[in-house]
Formats: sequence, C-alpha cells, structure tokens
Amino acid sequence: MCTYLTSTEKVAGTGLGARGWFPIERAVVYFDHPQEAPVEHALCIDFRAGGDDPSQRVAVELDARSARTLAESILATLAHDEVVALGVN
Amino acid sequence: MSSDKIEAGTITLVSGKGDEIEAYHARPVDAESYGSVVVIHHMPGYDSSTKEIARRFAAHGYGAVVPNLFHRYAPGASAGDGAAAARAAGGVPDAQCIEDVSGAMTFLKAQPGANGKVGVIGYCSGGRQTYLVACNLDVDAAVVCYGGGVVATPDQLTPERPVAVIDMTKDLRCPMLGLFGVNDANPSPEHTARMEEELKAHGKTYRFHTYDDAGHAFFWVERPSYNAEASRQGWHEIWDFYGEHLEG
Repeated sequence: MCTYLTSTEKVAGTGLGARGWFPIERAVVYFDHPQEAPVEHALCIDFRAGGDDPSQRVAVELDARSARTLAESILATLAHDEVVALGVN
Repeated sequence: MSSDKIEAGTITLVSGKGDEIEAYHARPVDAESYGSVVVIHHMPGYDSSTKEIARRFAAHGYGAVVPNLFHRYAPGASAGDGAAAARAAGGVPDAQCIEDVSGAMTFLKAQPGANGKVGVIGYCSGGRQTYLVACNLDVDAAVVCYGGGVVATPDQLTPERPVAVIDMTKDLRCPMLGLFGVNDANPSPEHTARMEEELKAHGKTYRFHTYDDAGHAFFWVERPSYNAEASRQGWHEIWDFYGEHLEG
C-alpha cells in the first residue's frame, strides 16, 4: 500500500550529509515504500535542513522491527541515570 | 517491416495553469497516427522506473509523457530528494495535479502524428490521481494501478486533498480499467469493492482485475513487491484496453 501517513517534528541538531555537517530543523517521519531498502515498506525518517536545497537531508529507511528497536534504544538511553543526572531532558 | 524506433528524453511542460515543470516524453518516431498516455508516477517519485514505463508505451506505439508532479518542490533534484521534499510540504494538491496532467494532455495532443486520444495511467498514489483526473478532465481511457486512498474517510482529507476521490465518480468521463492485488491493504479488496459499487451506481464503464498472490506495486520490477504473473497479465489488459479506446 501507499500511505500519506506523515508526521513532521521540529528538531534541533546537526546532520552529516554528503557535503559535511549542516543544521537540521525538521524530522519528517513516515511509513511507506522506501527508495532503496529491500523491503516493501519501511519506517523512513528525513532529517531536513531549513533552506531550499532538497538534497540537504539525512535519510534513513528502516524495517519496522529495526525502527521500533531504535526508538526504544533512544528512549532507554535518554532515561539512563547518567543522562538524567545531566538535567538535559 | 514496421518501424520500432522511439525517441525519449526530458522536456519542459507548460502546466494547465501556465507555469513550467519538468517532464519525460517518449514517442514512436515513425508512427503516422498514434494514441497517447499520461503516465503518473508513484509516491517514490519521478524516477527511472516510471520513465522506463513511458518508453515501454512508446515501443508499443503510443506517445507518453510523465509529468514530474514533484518538480515545484525540488527543481532539478533527484527522484528521492523530490519525493522527500513533496512529502515534507504535505504532498501534491489535487488541484495542482489536475493542472499538470491537463498540460501533459495538451502537449501530447499537439505532437505530430498524435490522433488526439489521450489516456492516463498511474501507479500507487498515481492510481488515485488517475481516478481524480479522469473525473475532472476529458480523458479517453483511465488505468488505475493499485491506487490507494480513492476511498477516504473524513479524517483522511487534507487541505491538499479536500474531497474523497470516490465521491467524484459521478463525473467520471471515460472507461476505467482497475488493476489490483488481492493482498494489498490500500486499496484492499474491500476498497475496490466499494469503488465498483460506486461505478455501477453511476452507470460507468469499467473493468477491474484483482490478481491472486499479488500485493501493492506488483508492476514495480525493481522492488520485492514485483509479481511477474500479475504484471504479465496486467500489461495484457492495458494493451487490450488502450487498443480499444486510444487507437484509430
């Protein structure tokens, strides 16, 4: 199937693209046909810069299980005592 | 021996609203009279697979144009960057899609040897857009390949896609061929049954085929979803359908 399910989050950080590091302002998350990954559907994330250059992005395409594992890993890392102690959450 | 010579390449297309977009044009070089097809690309973009489909139509004696529906979001970008930019912007508005296909139809009709008949075919999101334009433009024959989202609930409507396409069925202006996979979730067999119900209710001419063991995107040769048998049968249906409605 093709989906229009897309969520866009404002994010602050940097991404490493073909021409080096650049600030990223948005993460576009969707579940649909990937461009490259050898699966019918993938959880796709585009970390996008704020300007007009459409190639200023970092794209990942993950199978659903990998995406879930990654999400849990991110949350677990942020919940770790050492991270919580930094007071950054 | 008849000529099988074709010519294909990038062109600039004038949209129905007057601005310019990139497009890919393929045509039979020596044909004296031929029908034409607008090929609407899928959600992953204006890519090499879709251009290959245009060349396939030309090799079978049809003129074909693929308008880059994502051009405005990322002029000159790769298919992947264009698709990502369009998605980040909320997707292609239906009204804009109609204008771009209208421009493609005008271009095709103006080509030397074109017989004035123009069909539309689209895949995936392009299948939905094919249904859309066939209800809004004077298309001669429409082929919907696993178009998801034709049947839409109110919460799925957006400013870009404000009306469920199935609710436009009464305005369908041409015969329709629908090609689907039984294992597809969008459109599911329930969705295609709903489309048939609506087409019948309005007395429209249509043929639907749902292939066993096939899911979504069974024509897409470069992906795991490709289904050789469904694709083979589907192409036969397309040649028969367009032969009936676009030739002469």
